[in-house]
Amino acid sequence: MAELNVELCGIGLDNPIIPASGTFGYGYEFAELYDINCLGTFSFKGTTKEPRFGNPTPRIAECTSGMINAVGLQNPGVDKVIAEELPKLRNVFHKPVMANVSGFSVEDYAYTCEKLDACPEVGWLEVNISCPNVHGGGMSFGTSPEAAAEVTAAVKKVTTKPVLIKLSPNVTDIVSIARACEQAGADGISLINTLLGMRIDLRTRKPVIANRMGGFSGPAIFPVALRMVYEVSSAVQIPVVGMGGVTSAEDVVEMMLAGATAVEVGAANLVDPYACRNILRDLPEVMEKYGVHALKEIIGGAH
Amino acid sequence: MKQEFFTVAENTYLTETVCRMRLQGDTAAITGPGQFVNIRLDGHFLRRPISVCDAVPGELTILYKIVGKGTATMAELPVGTMLDLLVGLGNGYDLSKAGEHPLLLGGGVGVPPMYMLAKKLREAGKTVTAVLGFNTAEEVFYEQEFRALGVETRVTTVDGSYGIRGFVTDAIADVPYTHFYTCGPEPMLKAVYAATKTSGQFSFEERMGCGFGACMGCSCKTITGNKRICKEGPVLMKEEILWQN
Repeated sequence: MAELNVELCGIGLDNPIIPASGTFGYGYEFAELYDINCLGTFSFKGTTKEPRFGNPTPRIAECTSGMINAVGLQNPGVDKVIAEELPKLRNVFHKPVMANVSGFSVEDYAYTCEKLDACPEVGWLEVNISCPNVHGGGMSFGTSPEAAAEVTAAVKKVTTKPVLIKLSPNVTDIVSIARACEQAGADGISLINTLLGMRIDLRTRKPVIANRMGGFSGPAIFPVALRMVYEVSSAVQIPVVGMGGVTSAEDVVEMMLAGATAVEVGAANLVDPYACRNILRDLPEVMEKYGVHALKEIIGGAH
Repeated sequence: MKQEFFTVAENTYLTETVCRMRLQGDTAAITGPGQFVNIRLDGHFLRRPISVCDAVPGELTILYKIVGKGTATMAELPVGTMLDLLVGLGNGYDLSKAGEHPLLLGGGVGVPPMYMLAKKLREAGKTVTAVLGFNTAEEVFYEQEFRALGVETRVTTVDGSYGIRGFVTDAIADVPYTHFYTCGPEPMLKAVYAATKTSGQFSFEERMGCGFGACMGCSCKTITGNKRICKEGPVLMKEEILWQN
């Protein structure tokens, strides 16, 4: 029997498959199609202190083997997430869930994380530090080791649950940022967020996306993501959650060989709502084909 | 929403750029007119959302305009091709508000969803007037199909080369309608909004990621709160629309 279970920051997962934040809502659209309790867990829609409508539309552009999105963190705000979304989530998903958090100041992050940390449904906090720092001149928290460490320390101070810091790939040295987060107390690292990209409409000669630029995701970014997971997992002692363009069971095994303890699946959910269930269906056969008995034994196996 | 596999039974040109595709498969998830399907195509990452023109048990008809690479790929699919569709997407039109004489206003590729709507309204015994708007005579399609339903059908062309010269709103002054339904390009929807005197329902279009409510790619603001065009839409009531620009 193929063993799929892994452990992420002290919490057992039946398997390492985790739908990524922003591609799975709060779970219930997908729960109409299949029992989402087959998943390891999922990372729910990025939550901020205040409600956000997000960016103007168009927010989506297609690319070769991928897509660009500039949704802009649309969410009802942490209070409504706790009051309205988590009770609905609890009806369809019965395992600890990953709470994805964004913010525009260190205080925002700490505020939102502290509130979600107190929710029994939440198992891990995944802190997205790709947002612009409104107090720091608009530079993303995730582009400087100092700012990343500051957010990590502030969140750790007010929370009890494992904190994963989700890194942006749009930096010159992702390893130094991962190390800074680890030193500031992070329990894990998740990477990569989307790559900054754009498309231009040849008819209008204007950017397709109203926000001009957005995050590029999908199978096209898999090799970049894999390389960064490999580099970061070599440099830190804490677990790494790998993501970026994962669409198949083979991709999952490859990501784990690169050093991922668990694997998030993003854009694939949007084109095939059964993507994660199908990956889970295919995993045992792929493991057998490549002589893998237990997934937890291959983590970082390529190093 | 359900994922279903369909087989192409017909794929023919109605005009130079508009094609009709008939697809055979399980249509049970389609609950009414105004919904759409999201079609997966080889070589394209995102699915293509297309409105449902007609659906009967076992068969679905879509009319689509070739505007980009995806729809160009669709036009080349031979009969017998198997396609992966998400069906039963979107809220669709509310037929209960029609009254005795509903008015249907479709512009260009906004015409197709009006067909199944007209059919269902006729089945419910309503007097139906449909105004189908096009730019020019060569673009006109489905006039006879609407007439065959027993619908009073008017065609407008912007250049006057066929039917009534002008826009759909130039052809409704004498219609004693009780409610209206519309689908078409946004300038047309705005003109309909301004020219109509009763309540009505508007079907909107937006670039979509998933088409089933997961990605928040197609959100819009309305008087009754934020809505996803793919999930709480594409049909909005006139009273809840907030025009953005």
